[in-house]
Amino acid sequence: MTEQTFTYEARGQVLVIHLPKELDHHNCRNLRYETDLLFSENYINKVVFDFSKTQFMDSSGIGVLLNRYKQMAGSGGKVTLYGVNAQVGRVLAIGGIHRLMEHFDSKEAAIAG
Amino acid sequence: MERFRMELESRSKNEEFARVVVAVFISRLDPTLEELNDVKTAVSEAVTNAEIHGYQGAEGIIQVEVEIEGRELTVKIRDKGIGISNVEEARQPMFTTDKSGERSGMGFSFMEAFMDQVTVESSPGQGTLVVMKKKIGR
Repeated sequence: MTEQTFTYEARGQVLVIHLPKELDHHNCRNLRYETDLLFSENYINKVVFDFSKTQFMDSSGIGVLLNRYKQMAGSGGKVTLYGVNAQVGRVLAIGGIHRLMEHFDSKEAAIAG
Repeated sequence: MERFRMELESRSKNEEFARVVVAVFISRLDPTLEELNDVKTAVSEAVTNAEIHGYQGAEGIIQVEVEIEGRELTVKIRDKGIGISNVEEARQPMFTTDKSGERSGMGFSFMEAFMDQVTVESSPGQGTLVVMKKKIGR
């Protein structure tokens, strides 16, 4: 029942956040608490969102991305994405995310980018 | 005309249930994957609004009604929550009453982007009715 929605992977100063299949308000509830904890305990200057398993996303996902972007931008950091499918891509475009976060095809590229 | 109606408890895990049930119902119109996803996103937005704004996370019933007339789809999402005092303001992109910063304020903008027509009837203490229309298969 308490299966973890997000999994986190640290690569030096980069935090990779693996997103769930359905990125809606229900699934986004714990993200803020979890990332705030990780940011407070580690020096992170880049967040990479992994959309490769994500099939659905609504504006709750946009809120989560924007807030992480603000946190990173505030400390001179960066946010990148990879693995975005067509539905998610449309939602990201309408949410204005394309202008703020670069999209990559692979995890390695997103970490390096 | 074909229609169905369901009542859901206002709980966050019902957001997915609502959008999936609506998607299954409208699959008889043979929609494209994009149309299906558009409708799912709009339903998710309206149900999430009912739950976190209308009922403020407390208990309540969300009614979902779907009608198909020819190729025209109508989705009605109704709650009996606190209502919206200024609908025009609430519909502005980025407008949110949320203090945490985690909510984008794009719910109504998304409904408008993914459906052909969105109307909102609401008054304080009376709840909110969102009616969304979309032509499937053009």
